[in-house]
Amino acid sequence: MKPLRAWMLRLAGMVPNARRERELADEIEGHLQMHIDDNVRSGMSPQQARREAIWKLGGVESTVEAYRERSTMPFLENLLQDARFAVRQLRKNPGFTATAVLMLSLGMCASVAIFAFVDAALIKPLPYANPRELVAVFETTAGCPLCNVSYLNFRDWKKNDKLFSSLDAWSYANYLLRTPTGAQPANGTRVSDGFFRTLGVTPILGRDFYAGEDAPGAPHTVLLSFAAWQNRFGGRPDVVGQAVTLTEVSYTIVGVLPREFHFAPRGSTEFWVPLNDPSAFYGGCEKRRGCHSLFGVARLKDGISIQTALAGMKVIAEQLGQQYPDSNRGYSADVLPLTKVVAGDIRPILFVLLGGAGLLLLIACVNISSLLLVRSESRQREIAVRGALGASPSRLIRQFVTEGLVLVAAGSLLGLALASWTMHLLTALIPADKMNGMPFLNDLALNFRVLAFAGMITLLAAVLFSLTPALHFSLSRSREGLAEGSRGSAGKTWRRLGSKLVVVELATAVVLLVGAGLLGKSLYRLLHVDIGLQPDHLATLQVTIPNTNLTNERLIALERQILNRIASLPGVKSSGITTSLPLSSWSIASNIRVSGRPSNGERNDVPERAISAGYLTALGAKLIRGRYFTAADDDPAKPRVVILNEAFARKYFPGEDAIGRQIEYEGSHNRMEIIGIVEDIKEGQLDTENRAAIYVPFTQDWFASFNLVVRTSQAEQSLMSALAATIHQIDPDIATEAAATMTSVLDNSQAAYLHRSSAWLVGGFAALALLLGVVGLYGVVAYSVSQRTREVGIRMALGADRASVYQLILKEAGWLIAAGIVIGLASSVAAATLMRGLLFGVQAWDLPTLGAVATVLALAALLASYVPARRAASVNPVEALRAE
Amino acid sequence: MSDKPEVLQGTLALMVLKTIEAMGPLHGYGIARRIEQTSGNLLSLNYGTLYPALLKLEQEGSIASEWGVSENNRKAKFYRLTRAGRKQLDKETRDWEQTTAILARFLAGSQGPA
Repeated sequence: MKPLRAWMLRLAGMVPNARRERELADEIEGHLQMHIDDNVRSGMSPQQARREAIWKLGGVESTVEAYRERSTMPFLENLLQDARFAVRQLRKNPGFTATAVLMLSLGMCASVAIFAFVDAALIKPLPYANPRELVAVFETTAGCPLCNVSYLNFRDWKKNDKLFSSLDAWSYANYLLRTPTGAQPANGTRVSDGFFRTLGVTPILGRDFYAGEDAPGAPHTVLLSFAAWQNRFGGRPDVVGQAVTLTEVSYTIVGVLPREFHFAPRGSTEFWVPLNDPSAFYGGCEKRRGCHSLFGVARLKDGISIQTALAGMKVIAEQLGQQYPDSNRGYSADVLPLTKVVAGDIRPILFVLLGGAGLLLLIACVNISSLLLVRSESRQREIAVRGALGASPSRLIRQFVTEGLVLVAAGSLLGLALASWTMHLLTALIPADKMNGMPFLNDLALNFRVLAFAGMITLLAAVLFSLTPALHFSLSRSREGLAEGSRGSAGKTWRRLGSKLVVVELATAVVLLVGAGLLGKSLYRLLHVDIGLQPDHLATLQVTIPNTNLTNERLIALERQILNRIASLPGVKSSGITTSLPLSSWSIASNIRVSGRPSNGERNDVPERAISAGYLTALGAKLIRGRYFTAADDDPAKPRVVILNEAFARKYFPGEDAIGRQIEYEGSHNRMEIIGIVEDIKEGQLDTENRAAIYVPFTQDWFASFNLVVRTSQAEQSLMSALAATIHQIDPDIATEAAATMTSVLDNSQAAYLHRSSAWLVGGFAALALLLGVVGLYGVVAYSVSQRTREVGIRMALGADRASVYQLILKEAGWLIAAGIVIGLASSVAAATLMRGLLFGVQAWDLPTLGAVATVLALAALLASYVPARRAASVNPVEALRAE
Repeated sequence: MSDKPEVLQGTLALMVLKTIEAMGPLHGYGIARRIEQTSGNLLSLNYGTLYPALLKLEQEGSIASEWGVSENNRKAKFYRLTRAGRKQLDKETRDWEQTTAILARFLAGSQGPA
């Protein structure tokens, strides 16, 4: 305790205190007076008495000094003094200081901001208890590696499983919420009873679903998301127990989920409903074992690894396959960490971005180091003088270290502030619907992990920036500082080390430029992939019809009515309906068999789209053979017909004519006659391969929610409001949402979005890297020129012409540039190979990109060296020599 | 004067505390004189070194100070022992006695055979 108390007092003593100084002076004066009195009394003369008293005290000044040292902390005091001196030194050189601080803060800002994303998305994406134990469970077949589990299989899994402490399931649900102003579409999620207990989430209001609440026929209850509670119910605490009508069914609100709860796969869910209505969805398909509609989520038992759980699930799936061969043969199970499933898409991109930010930081650090080297080189003389005046080497080194620390402190603080701003900027740039899929990004913050990361960078930078000049100092101390520092021979240390650093910078800039170039080219290739349709002048709208008393006949009538009304809108050329828009997913699939061919039990899961007669015409798809559907095909009484895509025809009818042949759903004997073959339409994400797919008439199998596609001769944006208005005229209870042009659907598709954001961000890094690298090179060449002024003067005095001076300077720069580019190109091929997962339609060693980058960098670098070379060539030899 | 022993490192604080205990509240000059006298003028004390020592003891809370007037009417800071200081004095006295006793035994032992 005592030392601590003394320490605190001494720390407080660092604040200058006039009263304390005065009291000390008084006390010593009193001391001397008493001593003098005594001395006079013992017979000394007043002068002698005073002299003796001061001598005995050991000097007034040294006493005061010793006292002061004790009252404060000399070490800290010195440090403060050093810091003040450092700040003064740095302010004397504002250009250097601003450049160094700005560069460090740029590098810092980029890496900290990106790390914050990595932290939010990869380190802690799941706001649940013990997220490491959480796994996603899938059914899997050859055609559908991560497939939904069927309701009945899920029930059997749950019964037989021994390795999970709990196993639950969830599924999509789209509702129409009845509000006083009409029906509004609202996202829901159906979950098994233990879903929230498995995640470790407890409602903040009301109760969780009780065990058995997901038994078919249990009462209709609902948990509200925090946002739904706030936005739809005004955050009223008495909401529990109230009724809410979702798609014509009344549900009782039993609770509200916490504000921080989010479930990324269903980010926008407002209503959480127990999975107790298997007959209400997908036309009652969940009552069949072959209807794959759920996603499994489970918590591993203590000490059980994912591999063990996977093995266990495979055994269960195998048993089910033997028990129910019709529906389950060929199906196995897969278990993945939930984190990976939640943030899987952006994981590689974030790693690339983090790498890019790291490289940028590297360039910045190298740049500052070489600036520091130049600076200490030009301070040789000052240092030599200070050394000669008695400053010890350790004191001098401490001065360098302090200067480095002051630089780093300023750069880091600025960098951190910039990073915080950048994080907000970047999240603001993410569109709302993308944010719904990545709710964990809302947790983005300068939390302690991010700050620790920033601290680590600061520490590294501090070590680097204080060691560089200190090292330089100890290297050059063996030389005669005063003589050396005078003039003439350019710093040898600089030549040895400093100029080589710029090669690292240029090489790093090349790597970033190549990365950006490849990602940009991937994006271009992606956006120009043949998607089998003409996206311009195409408007889309999602329509949901309330399914009360909805019969097949009534639905068909409604569709006809909608399509007819839309056809009469001005500018509309054609229109159609589909269950699912292109560019969404290949995974909504049916198990198909070519009729008449023997089945050996293999699965042929092919994506299936139910479409209206005019749909393919409206899309601008290209018919290869046969015909499109006509209105007559909609009649359920007529024989069933189907259109294949090219991939299907090629795969199942190689070298044969498929038109007129028949296919059927596995297990049914309802044959469908093939009437047309259409060029592949990209039904899944842009970066996926085309797969065999089939199109069936919309009304052969009805859905109450569908997408409308309208081709117009006018600007498609102008059609949007008219579309919704027309539909509401027919029936105000029909909900419309997600109005978009096909071009924007294409641009905003997940694959395009991810590619675009990574291309832009890496492009930004690359631009900064190019700038920093070129500035670094400029600095190197300019410094070298300034050191060689006399040499140039002599050469010119001896008759060298300007061209040979240019040559002299540019040759040196040329070597550095060439080395940087060659090393950079080699490293970038390696780096691009690492990120080839993000490349689309372009190889890691794409020659045009490499060539373009080399050219751009060479030109920029030559320009940066030309400016100082010009200065050297315009030296007046007389002045250059006189100045020396 | 130079042949007199300097004050042993670390013992000055103990001497100060003991002096204040024996004399009651006392100013720096008084403490210095008293230490010299008590040592029978065998110690050479640089009076200036006393003040940082007093400050240290005060920072540690062993002594407290207040301004007063000396016996011949000079303004002076008087130091008095605090309760913590008394405890510290007791402890350091015991420690010191133990140290000297051990050292004495060593010195006595090495004298014998020689």
